[in-house]
Amino acid sequence: MIRNSASEMASKLASGEITSVALTQAHLDQISAVDKDVHAFLYVDTEGALALAAAVDAKRKSGEKLSPLAGVPLALKDVMTQKGIPTTCGSKILEGWRPPYDSTVVTNLKKNDIIILGKTNMDEFAMGSSTENSAYGPTHNPWDLTRIPGGSGGGSAASLAAFEAPLAIGTDTGGSIRQPAAVTGTVGVKPTYGGVSRYGLVAFSSSLDQAGPCARNVLDAALLHEAIAGHDPKDSTSINAPVPAVVAAAKSGNVKGMKIGVVKELNGDGYQKGVRTRFEESLELLAAAGAEIVEVSAPNFEYALAAYYLIAPSECSSNLARFDAMRYGLRVGDNDGASAESVMNLTREVGFGREVKRRIILGTYALSSGYYDAYYGSAQKVRTLITQDFNKAFEKADVLVSPTCPTTAFKIGEKANDPLAMYLNDIATIPVNMAGIGGMSLPSGVAEEDGLPVGFQIMSPVMKDDRMYSVGAALEAALLSKWGAPLLSTIPALAGSK
Amino acid sequence: MTSLSRDDVAKLAGLARIEMSDEELVALSNEFTVILDAVARVQEVAGADVAATSHPLPLRNVFRPDVVIPSLSPADALSGAPAQEEQRFRVPQILGEE
Repeated sequence: MIRNSASEMASKLASGEITSVALTQAHLDQISAVDKDVHAFLYVDTEGALALAAAVDAKRKSGEKLSPLAGVPLALKDVMTQKGIPTTCGSKILEGWRPPYDSTVVTNLKKNDIIILGKTNMDEFAMGSSTENSAYGPTHNPWDLTRIPGGSGGGSAASLAAFEAPLAIGTDTGGSIRQPAAVTGTVGVKPTYGGVSRYGLVAFSSSLDQAGPCARNVLDAALLHEAIAGHDPKDSTSINAPVPAVVAAAKSGNVKGMKIGVVKELNGDGYQKGVRTRFEESLELLAAAGAEIVEVSAPNFEYALAAYYLIAPSECSSNLARFDAMRYGLRVGDNDGASAESVMNLTREVGFGREVKRRIILGTYALSSGYYDAYYGSAQKVRTLITQDFNKAFEKADVLVSPTCPTTAFKIGEKANDPLAMYLNDIATIPVNMAGIGGMSLPSGVAEEDGLPVGFQIMSPVMKDDRMYSVGAALEAALLSKWGAPLLSTIPALAGSK
Repeated sequence: MTSLSRDDVAKLAGLARIEMSDEELVALSNEFTVILDAVARVQEVAGADVAATSHPLPLRNVFRPDVVIPSLSPADALSGAPAQEEQRFRVPQILGEE
């Protein structure tokens, strides 16, 4: 039952073949069986999930019309607030905090009767590409437990690959949905910036952060995308326009006559051989499905990484100032006579991990008087150049494509002491966030040399998210007929797995 | 090559309100030499003729209707407070006592 896709689960629920309580219990059992090894979850809400499942079953029995994903379980990244449920963002500074309100994403999940199983592990405040920066210990990649599951949303992606949940929510600031999807053989979508509300998404870099769906196939991602997307008056950066028709696009999967642009700069040197092979093969399959493959150039993408590592730390140094030990979260050193400033200093020393401190200090420097123009100001100009590159490329192509990551999953600990090597992971995903466009990663097979999953990235213009779903569905169908079964059916079994 | 000394990092840590051990300051100062070198590349293409982009959406003055909607109760708002007193957040002293 847990190996089905979310849409298969939904139709079995609708036909009465299974109940949401049984389905939810099956996933809770799988979490009990394998999460000691995977560590995808920071908190499991057994009681809440089962109670909600029972309520959905009762609604269905009474004949109420339910949403397409009603009764299907989901894993929620621990960066989204859910009323009364611990929300840590993978940080000690928020340990034990139970938010007094729901994020809009959670409100939308509840409206759709989707069952939230619990909160998933992540790099602290979403800063990282491996989930090793979580204050609560790393998540392990279900394909090989000695390897990273990507990050920052490693917990959400791993929960899908370990069959602990059929759906998950991630957030993507520089690739935190797409890179974990790529290295775990799952699907992850970063919608157009403003497509999904950021209300209740604990901010890292406000002009780049975007929540989106994680799933095991393209249609499931589309169904979840439609459930969470839409205008929200509580988020002033939320786009007030209809949600792109992503479910229809995922169902049709038609790419006949579509122009698919291969970004010259996001391939070649620095990309693992097996990654390049799978990418070329996917292009051939898309061409065979009727798409026209063209080459496009984006000369300024080579500056994207440098710009990102100025813009994101600058915004984070400002956003994380809210963790001041005054209104919620950790407070250290509040002895008689201690000043507020010393309490802040001590709390932030103990509460923040190494990478978070590194980025706050870097951002403080990039924004400081005398250095602002050289660093933050220049990075903002690069952002303009990247957006212009995208605009030009989209004149020649309907969507753009690249490998999602330069390599497959690396070993836990391998890059932990080399921040620059770690940052390079995001080289192909970051330009999308800089321009605020949509991006998807879906599995394109495994690399021959190590047998680990490889991701294929599709990028679509602002609010044309449906296009990446059309291309994703077409490629997925072509790969499925080649393989005969989904990629995840070949994942090694975890000890104790149901 | 740009570099930040241990004392530069200490000043920034002070501005960012993070207490740091000497060991941490030295480690960060070494890392920043490498990181700043890498990020300084943005200056190669950031000419005076290029406009800055601060945000992907060209938005200004976004309003919503001015209607009263329910907000957090005092109990909810204080539910995460490290310390509270008389329905208020209790915080360490901000100004020196006279």
